[in-house]
Amino acid sequence: MAIVELKNVAKRYDSMPGRKGNEHANAVEDFNLITRDGEFVVLVGPSGCGKSTTMRMIAGLEHNTAGEIRINGQDVSAVEPRDRDIAMVFQSYALYPHMSVYHNMAFALELKKTPKDEVKKRVQEAAKILDIEYLLDRKPRALSGGQRQRVALGRALVRQPQVFLMDEPLSNLDARLRVEMRAEITRLHRRLGVTTFYVTHDQTEAMTMGQRIVVMRDGRIQQIDTPYNLYERPVNRFVAGFIGTPSMNFLKADYQGGTLKGKGFSCTLNPHQQSALGDSAQCSQCWLGIRPEHLHQTEASTGGGRLEGAVEVIEPLGPVTMAQVRVGETLVTAQLAAHLEVQIGDTLTLAFDPDQIHLFDIESDRTLGLETDPASSVQATA
Amino acid sequence: MTASTVDQTPGRKSGFGGTLLTLLAWVIGITMFFPILWVVLTALKTEQTAFSMTPTFIFSPTLESFKSALAQGSGYWHYALNSVITALGSTLVGLALAIPAAYAMAFYPSKRTDFTLVWMVSTKFIPAVGVLIPVFLVYRSLGLLDTRLGLTMLFTSMNLPIMVWMVYSYFRDIPVDIVEAASIDGASTAQTMFRVILPLALPGLASTGLLALILAWNESFWSLTMTDYHAATLAVYTASFKSGEGLFWARLSAASVMTIAPIVVLGWFAQRQMVRGLTFGAVK
Repeated sequence: MAIVELKNVAKRYDSMPGRKGNEHANAVEDFNLITRDGEFVVLVGPSGCGKSTTMRMIAGLEHNTAGEIRINGQDVSAVEPRDRDIAMVFQSYALYPHMSVYHNMAFALELKKTPKDEVKKRVQEAAKILDIEYLLDRKPRALSGGQRQRVALGRALVRQPQVFLMDEPLSNLDARLRVEMRAEITRLHRRLGVTTFYVTHDQTEAMTMGQRIVVMRDGRIQQIDTPYNLYERPVNRFVAGFIGTPSMNFLKADYQGGTLKGKGFSCTLNPHQQSALGDSAQCSQCWLGIRPEHLHQTEASTGGGRLEGAVEVIEPLGPVTMAQVRVGETLVTAQLAAHLEVQIGDTLTLAFDPDQIHLFDIESDRTLGLETDPASSVQATA
Repeated sequence: MTASTVDQTPGRKSGFGGTLLTLLAWVIGITMFFPILWVVLTALKTEQTAFSMTPTFIFSPTLESFKSALAQGSGYWHYALNSVITALGSTLVGLALAIPAAYAMAFYPSKRTDFTLVWMVSTKFIPAVGVLIPVFLVYRSLGLLDTRLGLTMLFTSMNLPIMVWMVYSYFRDIPVDIVEAASIDGASTAQTMFRVILPLALPGLASTGLLALILAWNESFWSLTMTDYHAATLAVYTASFKSGEGLFWARLSAASVMTIAPIVVLGWFAQRQMVRGLTFGAVK
């Protein structure tokens, strides 16, 4: 178990593969994070955001061009991967095709000249945990995707490392298996209590697995927080839109006399929201963010917020129905009751609670009136 | 499958065009194989039949020419031994040099890797005769003329660019994740190479080795110019039947057959081994 500390870590490529010029030569910039011992940290973001690069720097497969990476206080920036006491699960599994499952799992221990009895014991233990004992004699090519995934996990388990690194380990599995393995990895983490970094582009995976989540974009950390806080208190429009499915709706709003207004919607703000907008110099316009699950169908003209538009798409999902409503220029998604009695083309009136909206600066996209300083979340706050 | 669906198979031409293509393939195949067939047939003839102006396909075969080509004075076994030593030696040394070179280029590429590869292969564009004089002078000064070591060195450098290129392409087929997984598992570069990469690339290394062996075995330019007797290979032996007392077609053919036979047999046996793929199932 270990505390991993990344201090001003950066990765700069001379020329970024697949990118023109030096436009985005910084793959990762100014990355700061201190994990708790045994914490499950998820790095999430769209592709090319630098999450995998960050993990590869922790693994030692890439060298950080600036900053420090410390594992239990020791700066490992110049230490070879094999001397970092880490284990990694690759997206492609990266099993050794010419070795049996047993030897795939035993390889690291054999290299360390661990006594044979000990190797056998540890491989069998790991195989038992992952329920792959019956596969030990097989070659990777004779395994299904899910089985290979388990073997890759087992290979990491037998090492009993200080830190687990998992680089999108579930992205090659089908949806059902992914949900299963997600729960299994979480259980495994709880059982072993090893500090784990997990990279994914899937925000559902991030939300369900991570104790803390690092949201990245263009090589920079956007926010580090618990799943709940990311959902409830996103620091900017990017995080707000990235976390949660379906995504948050954004409407460009004009602010006047305590009310936000735009084509097809209006919302009377609470006093604390008004003061947040009042503090801002550019308060005449802002982004109004509202999650689909916070919209509900209404007939009466209640206070608070309401929006109105023509229904363009109806998607019944069983427990709920998703409706897309054209509000001004924007297509707003709403999560509504299962038995929605509207037709495509009908005008739908939706209400929302002003307490559940998010306001963002029109220029910087930062959340307006946010009380907590996002920088404080870099430090571990148990 | 019905005839009509066969006709629609992509890439398969039907009707007149198809027949023409088949015919063309046969003509090319026979044209390429004919010289070999003719050499074998000639080797089984008497000198008189072999020399006759009207080609004969039906004759009573004799092993006389083989007997005289193998006779004590011909030195077949001496030449054959030289061929084995130089071909095998240059193949082994070539692999020993090509593997680490290709490994570095495939798994730790730099900005100049592509250039280096193209440059290496471009050295093959130079005709051998173009460097004959300097090589000859250097070899004379170093006392390497007509030595097995000298010839082995020449064969090695002659085949090295192709060997590096081939091994490189086999290594490139191995996902880099596997190398990274090994390094995280605690393997040193040497351990990764010997315990992970080489077993995976074995079929590729075998075909590279076989090709190098064939090229070295069949090489005649350097063998004829840089050796006299001590290091002379079967190429020199075959050529020696075309001299002095005149042309002896049947004996020359028998010598040719015995020169190419070992390598043809080897290629035949190694064929299946060469096309086996191991990397399937490695990733995804």
